[in-house]
Amino acid sequence: MRAARLYLRCAGVAVQGQLSRRYNLVLLAFGQLSIAISALVGVTLLFSRFGSLAGYSFSEVLLCFGVTQTAFSLAEVVARGFDSFSQVLAQGEFDRMLVRPRGSMFQVLASRMELARLGRVSVGLACLASALAALVPGWAADAIAVGQAGLLVLRLATLAFMTAGGMAIFSGIFILGASLAFITTDSLEIVNVLSDGGRETAQYPLTIYERAMRRFFTFVVPFGCVNYLPLEFVLGRPGSAPWSACFPLVGFAFLAASTAVWNASARRYVSTGS
Amino acid sequence: MIAVENLRKTYRVKKRPAGLVAAAAALVRPRYDTVEALRGVSFHVSQGEIVGYIGPNGAGKSTTIKVMSGILVPDSGSCVIKGRVPWKERKAHVAGIGVVFGQRCQLWWDVPVIDSLDLLRDIYRVDEAAYRRNLDELVSALDIGGVLGQTARSLSLGQRMRCEIAASLVHAPDILFLDEPTIGLDAVSKLAVRGFIARANRARGLTVMLTTHDMHDIEALASRVILIGKGEILHDGSFGSLVAGRGDGGVESAVADLYGEMGIA
Amino acid sequence: MGELPAYAGLFRMRLVRGLSYRAAAIASSVTQFFWGFMLISVLRAFARSGGSPLDDGQIASYIWLQQAFLVLGAIWFRDGELVRLICSGDAAYELCRPVDLYRFWFARLAGGRLAATALRCLPILAVASFLPEPWRLCLPGSPAVLACFALAMALATVMVVAVSMFSYALTMVTLNTQAGFLFVAPVFELCAGLLVPLPLMPEGVRRVLEVLPFRYAADLPFRIWMGSIGLAELPGLLAAEIAWLAVIVAGGRLALGAALRRAEAVGG
Repeated sequence: MRAARLYLRCAGVAVQGQLSRRYNLVLLAFGQLSIAISALVGVTLLFSRFGSLAGYSFSEVLLCFGVTQTAFSLAEVVARGFDSFSQVLAQGEFDRMLVRPRGSMFQVLASRMELARLGRVSVGLACLASALAALVPGWAADAIAVGQAGLLVLRLATLAFMTAGGMAIFSGIFILGASLAFITTDSLEIVNVLSDGGRETAQYPLTIYERAMRRFFTFVVPFGCVNYLPLEFVLGRPGSAPWSACFPLVGFAFLAASTAVWNASARRYVSTGS
Repeated sequence: MIAVENLRKTYRVKKRPAGLVAAAAALVRPRYDTVEALRGVSFHVSQGEIVGYIGPNGAGKSTTIKVMSGILVPDSGSCVIKGRVPWKERKAHVAGIGVVFGQRCQLWWDVPVIDSLDLLRDIYRVDEAAYRRNLDELVSALDIGGVLGQTARSLSLGQRMRCEIAASLVHAPDILFLDEPTIGLDAVSKLAVRGFIARANRARGLTVMLTTHDMHDIEALASRVILIGKGEILHDGSFGSLVAGRGDGGVESAVADLYGEMGIA
Repeated sequence: MGELPAYAGLFRMRLVRGLSYRAAAIASSVTQFFWGFMLISVLRAFARSGGSPLDDGQIASYIWLQQAFLVLGAIWFRDGELVRLICSGDAAYELCRPVDLYRFWFARLAGGRLAATALRCLPILAVASFLPEPWRLCLPGSPAVLACFALAMALATVMVVAVSMFSYALTMVTLNTQAGFLFVAPVFELCAGLLVPLPLMPEGVRRVLEVLPFRYAADLPFRIWMGSIGLAELPGLLAAEIAWLAVIVAGGRLALGAALRRAEAVGG
């Protein structure tokens, strides 16, 4: 608990600094907003041209889009220190962390906290809200039809759990990327395949992709487990079971694995100094 | 207190060739150079000493400091500081040392200096009463009372360096590593920094290891200098004996002569 | 023309520098292949709902060209060193040189973009044209098409660099490393067809975007390559592009000049 308090203190100091430069903060928040909105505009344009996507309606895809965007941007708010770790390393900030008597992972996590990323969170949440406004009446009707109000609650809870699981996966990817930053600064773009690429991929239901891609994003980077599989249950697709609400747990397992990789890389960095 | 024996460290760096053809060739097959940063470095430092660690750029000074700070593990050799091997018990080790990297900033850039110091108190788990006492001492000794409420961004280099030193000492370590603490400072700030180091050494028994290119720092502070060149220790003794008999062109030119003579410049 | 060697020298230096980032280029090619497959899948899934003007093969071709020439067309691909130079105030040194700043930076930015593109486009074009159907990149219909594509691409480079100059001017005003790009980049990419191919946009939107200058940076050269814009239409389109370029370059000069005066006034 003391660690949690220190994390909040560190984050607080970072936030304090950003608040003192309000003009910058507002600018960056709007910038973040505009990036997320342009992605949303892309989806909207395609829907207005084609009407539906592989049997999913606009609201259903919007729900998927909202979960992924919210998860991604929350992960960016929290784990930004890992996302921008190559800078932390290049500026010698990591060396400074090593001469402090605290875990290096903890310090990297606490080193950055970007309020501006909340601009993007707001787009994700807005998508979720507007999708829910369109979908919840149908879900409520489902719940009444089977006589279980709990079904509606379970669906909404699953949605929150999916977002948390997605956040765990994105954080895990940032941590993997940071581990790679120890070895190379040049080829970090490859991590974008997983982070940005994962975000773009997972904003649509995975069924629209080829089999190889579906498998990669289910068994290697388990976006399918926080997104597609539980989504089928949330949307009440025939053949989907309530226990698929547990799938987002796999996201947390991914995060744990990434953490192990980071610890090994940080140890290696200290021994080679490269 | 500090025992360094036969440290060795080698880096591998990628070559970046000049010219269009060579750049294209390097695309296909990158080449590497190995750089021997440390080639068997040994020395001992006792409690309460101030040691000047000098040598030209790239001689291995920073590598040594990094090894002693636990940031880097050497290829071979040993380093024991207060009974601990820095890279084996990192957290316990760094809780007892302070490090200033003159070219880097450890203060949070956009917040008042005092907030940075308070945060460091929490990071180092210093108890409140000890922190207060220590801070009061540091603030008056470094004369930074007037700038505690300003952000690090807004400080002049001299003010910031004094705050950096305070930040490195909030947890009252008994060893301080200073990597180029006077770089870029004006005369007044240099004197203030030197004065503080000398007093802290006398009053607290602080052990100081100092790298610098300013020989006046060494003259003013260090009774003992270790000269490193190309990864090897070339001299370990008094500064006077190092520059003795090198004319009266001042210490700078004496040391420049010395580097030239030793073929390490 | 006496100062031309200076710009040529700078251009060449950025080219050599860009070529030294091998690992970055490999990583980015891999990234772009991934993006390519993903985007093709998404667009095809949409197109299966019916009414698409592009068939599966054309969608693939458009996307591969998009990926191959991404860093040539995308505003977000910026010269980080120049941005730092501007934000730290070190750009003042650039003002001390006896050169025209707009041209000087233009050469620098064009060199950087071309080097990055040269490294990235060849592997993508090569591999994508050997993929099995319907993932394959189609080849240009005739040497004349290829030549027109090259011409359109050259003009596209000028267009992108000229537009990006507004971002650098904005950076100079805000002194923020990102502000100049955060707004310009997404809008530009959307309008250029780098986000969604223009032919797949709703009819009304497409018509508007085809009038604006941005599509010349990506959409036009891609469709020349694919043969969906015939060579007969080209003279008119290229004339319009050059007219736009004149406007954008003139505007960029004004913007950079205003930003410089402001920077000097603030003392940055």
